[in-house]
Amino acid sequence: MAQTDRPLSPHLQVYRPQLTSVLSVFHRGTGVVLSIGVIFLTFWLVAAAWGPAAFNFVQAFYGSWFGYLVLLGFSFCLFYHLCNGVRHLFWDAGIGFDMETLYRSGWAVLIATAGLTLFAWFIGLAMGG
Amino acid sequence: MSLRTPLGRVRGLGTAKDGTDHFWVQRVTALALVPLSPLFVGLVWSFNGADRADVIALMGNPLVSSLFILFIVAGIYHAKLGVRVVIEDYIHSEGLKLASLILVSLLSFGLGTACVVSVLILAFGG
Repeated sequence: MAQTDRPLSPHLQVYRPQLTSVLSVFHRGTGVVLSIGVIFLTFWLVAAAWGPAAFNFVQAFYGSWFGYLVLLGFSFCLFYHLCNGVRHLFWDAGIGFDMETLYRSGWAVLIATAGLTLFAWFIGLAMGG
Repeated sequence: MSLRTPLGRVRGLGTAKDGTDHFWVQRVTALALVPLSPLFVGLVWSFNGADRADVIALMGNPLVSSLFILFIVAGIYHAKLGVRVVIEDYIHSEGLKLASLILVSLLSFGLGTACVVSVLILAFGG
């Protein structure tokens, strides 16, 4: 077959994003971010096991405004990936493929992510910060 | 005419019989992570502002440390499988792809071991 220089699909410069494709990209993106988050979790756990000095150091980091910002980002990614992951599990069971359900479950994922993230931070901060 | 692919004919081997393993384990770990992830978020909040004795006391509860280890193992396995797909999709140079996959494998086992050992140290009193 002759080689052609036709653009590959989807051609990103002219591709109009829809909710379905954006959520799909988000799922992969948050998955990669959470994989990097494993390093942050290991950092905290190893320091906590290491001894009091290392423990105080990581507690000061995660307790700072920057640490809170990092944790806010990771919690958002975790809740999004969790909610959209449940959506994926329903698809794996063959449920929810018609257009109307796809869009409805997509918006539900966004609302649930925002709700769970706000709820977790509200409860967490109310418990004494 | 044979229905086998040219590559299959040349190699003379069948499949490795693990074609669906990646897909399946990705889903099973996902299922495990549905309840474990919210528990993990709650656990992280309980560590907020805690001193080391509080953490050791909490991890000394076998239910807490067991669920934490389950989250770590399921989470890192799930991440390893997912990152593998991302690497296979976007890295086209064969050498770099292989190197990345090996690195992700080693990192997954290394970080996973470090996490589990740390949880056990805390669970048994720091």
